[in-house]
Amino acid sequence: MGETDSGPSPSPLLEAERVSKRFGGVHALREVSLLLHAGEVLALAGDNGAGKSTLIKIISGVHHADGGSLRYLGKEIKFDNPQQARDCGIETIYQDLALADNLDVGANVFLGREPVRRIFGLPFIDRRLMREEAEKTLRALDIHIHRLSNPIRSLSGGQRQSVAIGRAIHWKARVLIMDEPTAALGVPEQRKVMELITNLKANGVGIVFISHNLIDIFQVSDRIMVLRRGTKVGEVRTSETNPDEIVRLMVGG
Amino acid sequence: MPDSISSRTFSVLTFFSDDYGSSPNVRKQIRWLDLLAAFRAWLFLAILLITFEIWAHVEYDSTFFLNPFNVKSIAIFTVTPLLLGLGQTFVIISGGIDLSVGFTMGLSAVVTAHVFNWGTQFGSPVLSLALAVLAGLGIAVVPGLINGLLIADLRVPPFIGTLGMYGVARGVAFLLARGTTVPVQNGLLGAIGNGEIAGFPNLVLLTIAILLVMHYLLSQTRYGQHIYAIGGNVNAALRAGINVRNNTIALYILSSVTAGCAGILYTAKFSAGAAQAGEPVLLDSIAAVVIGGASLFGGSGTVIGTVIGALIIAVIQYGLVFVNVEPFWQFVAVGVVIIISVLVDQIQKGVGKDG
Repeated sequence: MGETDSGPSPSPLLEAERVSKRFGGVHALREVSLLLHAGEVLALAGDNGAGKSTLIKIISGVHHADGGSLRYLGKEIKFDNPQQARDCGIETIYQDLALADNLDVGANVFLGREPVRRIFGLPFIDRRLMREEAEKTLRALDIHIHRLSNPIRSLSGGQRQSVAIGRAIHWKARVLIMDEPTAALGVPEQRKVMELITNLKANGVGIVFISHNLIDIFQVSDRIMVLRRGTKVGEVRTSETNPDEIVRLMVGG
Repeated sequence: MPDSISSRTFSVLTFFSDDYGSSPNVRKQIRWLDLLAAFRAWLFLAILLITFEIWAHVEYDSTFFLNPFNVKSIAIFTVTPLLLGLGQTFVIISGGIDLSVGFTMGLSAVVTAHVFNWGTQFGSPVLSLALAVLAGLGIAVVPGLINGLLIADLRVPPFIGTLGMYGVARGVAFLLARGTTVPVQNGLLGAIGNGEIAGFPNLVLLTIAILLVMHYLLSQTRYGQHIYAIGGNVNAALRAGINVRNNTIALYILSSVTAGCAGILYTAKFSAGAAQAGEPVLLDSIAAVVIGGASLFGGSGTVIGTVIGALIIAVIQYGLVFVNVEPFWQFVAVGVVIIISVLVDQIQKGVGKDG
C-alpha cells in the first residue's frame, strides 16, 4: 500500500500489518493490512463473512490475531481485552450500542466511570456534573437532545447512536470503529449520523466504518477497503472509484 | 425528585414533543398517564387511607388514621415486609429475584434466639445481645453468598438458585429450632424489641435507619447506579467495565442481610425465634416492590417506592381487620392492588409505544 497517498497527518494513527486470524480450519482473515490516519474515514466493505467483523474485533481487543502486528500512534500494541483498547483511545460502537436504556444520557456517558463528590466524607454520585459534561460533549458534536435527564429509552435511534458516539468522544477516543451505524435507522436519522461522522472527522478522529450501504460509504468515506473471504481484494480512494467497481470487488466479478 | 431514574415516566412525553410534535390532545393524555403511573403507589395509599377513614366513621363513629395507636400498629406491621422488600428491591432492579429471604429471616431469628440464650451464661445480657446480633447477621450472609455464587459464577437463574436456598434455609432453620419456637430467656431483647423512644417504637426507628442507608446506597452511590445498569443492559454494564460478578454477589448478600435484620427484630419483638417467621412475608415483600413501581424485568424501582408499597399492604391488612372484615379479604385486596399496579404500568408503556 502506498503510504503517502492520503490523510491530513503524516504518520498514521493506526496500522495493521498482514493480520491473520483462523477459527479452527477457517481462515477468517489472511494477511490483511490496514492504515488509518487522523481525520480520515476508512470504509470496510464486503459481503457477509468477508472478515470485516473479525478485523475490527482484532483492532478493538476482542480477538487476538494469529499473525501480523498492530501499531497505534507508532507503537506496537497487543490488547488482552477490549477495556485495554478503550483505555488507549480505540472505541468500538457495535450495532447494539451498549447503552443502558433505563439510565439518562449523563449516566450512560459516564457508565462505569461515574464521578463522585463527598459530603461529610460520604461519596455521592455527581449527577449534575455528569449531565453537564455529557451536554458539553454532545453540544461540541452538534448533537441536541432536550431533557438530558430522561432515560434514553425515550430517544430515537439516531439520538441513541449519537449518545454512544458522544460517550466514545467524551473519553477521548482517537480511533472510532463503527459497525453498521445506520443499519437500524430511518432516512432522516441516517443523515444525522452521517453529518456526525463528518463532524468527528473534522475534529481529527480516525474512523473505521463498516456498512452495507454503498450510498453511505460514498458519502462519508475517504478510502474504501474491500474484503472478500478474509482477503483484502482492493483499496481505493473514494473520489477515484464508483459503486459499480466496489460491488465488482465485493462479489469478485 | 432529583435522581434520574425516578423521572423515567416522563420520558414518553419528551420524546414526542421533541421529535415529532404530536397533537396536544395525545400529549395531554400521555402526561396524565405518566403522572398516574409515577404516583400510583402514593395514590393507592391515599385512597386506602381515605376509604378506611370513612368506613371507620360510618360503621363505628371513630377515626382510623388519626388514631396514634393505629398508626403505630401499621408502622410495626410494615417492618418485616419492608425489610425483606428492601433487599428484594435491589435484587429486582438488577433483574433477579430472591425467594430465599423469608426463610433466611427465620434462620436468623432462630440463631439469634439460640445465641442470645447461650450468651447469657457469661453473665452480661449486653454481651449476649451483641453476640446474638452478630450471629444473626453472620448466619444471614451464608445463604446470600451461596445465592450470589450460584447466580454470578455458575449462571443458575436467580429464580431457581434462590428457590433451592429457600428449601435449604427452611430446613436448616427448622432443624436448629428443633421444629418449634426458641424462646429467649432474658428480658433485655424483648425490652428493646417492644420499647419506644419518644413514642416511636424501636423496631420502627431501626427500620427507618436501615431504609435510609439502603436509599442512600441505591440512589447516591456508584454501586447503586451499577445495579440499575446491570438490570437495564447487562452487556452494556460489562462493556463499561463494571464488575458484574462482584456486584451480583454483593446484591444477594445485601438481600440476605436485610432479611437477617428482619429476623433479629422478629426475635426481639416476640422474645422468641421462629423458623417460619418470614414465610408468609416473602410474597408480600415482592408485592411491595412491584406496587412500589419496580419492573420484574429489572432496571427500575426505588427504595421510596418499596416503602410506599409495604405501607399499602400493611394498611390493607390492618385496615380490614380494624373495620372487622373477614381477614381472607386481605389476600384479595393485596392481589387486586398488585394487578392494577402492573396494569397501569403496561397501559402507560403501551400508549408510549403506539402514540
